[in-house]
Amino acid sequence: MRKPRSLTPLFFLLPALVLMVPFVIYPVLKTIYFSFFLNGKFVGLDNYRHVLLSSDIINLERFPTKSPPWGSLINNIIFIAIHLPSTIFLGLGLALLLRKEEVKGSSLIKSIVFLGMVIPMIVGGLITRFLFEQGAGVIPSVLGALGIKSLDITWTAFPQTALFAVILGSIWIWTGFSMLMYSAGLASIPKDYYEAALIDGANKFQIFKNVTWPLLKPITIVVVAMTLLWDLKIFDIVYVATGGGPGGASMVLALQMWDYFARELNYNYAAVVAVLLTTLTLIPAMWLIRRRE
Amino acid sequence: MSMPRYKLKRYIVSNAIAWTVGIIWLIPFLGVLMASVRPYNQIVNGWWHLHPFTLTLKNYVDAFNHPMFPIGVGLRNSLIIAVPGAIIPLIVASLAAYAFARYSFPVKNYLFAFIVLLMALPQQMTIVPLYFLLRDMHLLNTFRGLILVHSAWGLAWITFFMRNYFSMLPTDVEEAARIDGASDAKIFYKIVLPMALPGLISAAILQFTWVWSDFFLALVFLQDPSKYVATQRLPLLRGQYYVNWGVLTAASIMVMVVPLLVYALFQKYYISGMIGWSTEK
Repeated sequence: MRKPRSLTPLFFLLPALVLMVPFVIYPVLKTIYFSFFLNGKFVGLDNYRHVLLSSDIINLERFPTKSPPWGSLINNIIFIAIHLPSTIFLGLGLALLLRKEEVKGSSLIKSIVFLGMVIPMIVGGLITRFLFEQGAGVIPSVLGALGIKSLDITWTAFPQTALFAVILGSIWIWTGFSMLMYSAGLASIPKDYYEAALIDGANKFQIFKNVTWPLLKPITIVVVAMTLLWDLKIFDIVYVATGGGPGGASMVLALQMWDYFARELNYNYAAVVAVLLTTLTLIPAMWLIRRRE
Repeated sequence: MSMPRYKLKRYIVSNAIAWTVGIIWLIPFLGVLMASVRPYNQIVNGWWHLHPFTLTLKNYVDAFNHPMFPIGVGLRNSLIIAVPGAIIPLIVASLAAYAFARYSFPVKNYLFAFIVLLMALPQQMTIVPLYFLLRDMHLLNTFRGLILVHSAWGLAWITFFMRNYFSMLPTDVEEAARIDGASDAKIFYKIVLPMALPGLISAAILQFTWVWSDFFLALVFLQDPSKYVATQRLPLLRGQYYVNWGVLTAASIMVMVVPLLVYALFQKYYISGMIGWSTEK
């Protein structure tokens, strides 16, 4: 580490600051500012009270006993509750399976699963719609052929199924991420650890529980945090697959913010949703930062 | 080849599970491909029905030259934005990353933690004030405006990524050059940047594909249909009376083929970028 030589580090940092201050930092502060105003007048926490207690965000009249819409915050939470464990276990399972020498073409399978990470999310959302379209799509047709006629429908068009279509499509898109991370993590575990465990007479399950899983913990933290961030920010897929509908049944916070801004032209309410969304992302973000120390 | 029975059983089970998953993950792509190269009436009841099977490129032509939202123009617009949208933040963030990797200065650790925090920031948190700012700067609805926003937005993660990369490089060549009297700027671009080339390639291709794939920022800042980027045009190609899956899937393929090609050509850099960006050394 070099000692500071006059203003040299500032010279290196300056271009980044020139871009970041007006285009990232100032807008963040201004969004917080906007969230306390309505039609140019300071209203304190009124916007927060109005938006956060509205049925757009949490619809307690319908959740959980009646059919959706349940509110965008509830939808984000349901999304996380299904998507996070599914992608983690699928990704870990695939990483464990595809590392075996006996699996032929494992790198090809890895590439196929990883494709979801490479394509634009708007395309992923369109493919999700296509998958769940009655007639043209695979999933309703397969379920219909299996005799489940109630699901042989266009999933994105019905409040009971729209959110789940988006979640299933997102599992297809995102599993490649945790698979990639766990594959890299598994490759970094020294072989002698396993050999030592085998000599001690440990069975496969014990080896996984006592050797593999603890050593993968740093990877798991990153995967969980990144997946949480991705789930909270989900936008493109919902926008193109369901538009948040029908009737708000698959609305999520990021899209709700856009809805207030572009459709209702109320940028103050939009700012409140943005602040709420950002506050939620701080949880996994702080978790990642604290882990550095 | 002879194999003990228990081994054979394990071999079959492992391969069966792995390939079932692989095929399930491939089917959506297969459906898109099939729908894109066949006429509408052959896919509307399921692209897996193979009789009759007519191969046609009409959907691609129709999507490329769509009367309202031609994807061809969108692809050009996307390229005009994504190339500078990758190069500008790469240069700017590399400079900043070098400061974090090699110098000590006041508030350095706080500033770096702040940058990590910015990586988690939802774009929703900036767009309202940015919208007014770009409007006042007469940059709304211009490629330059969107390039600026993408550049600023890419800085946080590229700074983080390149700082990790620089930290792994040995410093002895730099020290030797310094003793020979080379300036900091010269050391940076003559010695450090060439050594960091693999990292720069990873950052460049990831930022390029992310800008190419962006939908939200384009949606906010480009309102003139002739300026729409490719991703922005996709949802608009639905067709009026029915969802025209032929045109939609053909357009989807044209939009995703660019990041897929980048991935195929630079797989090693792409993967190490993905891993290095989300983990840390």
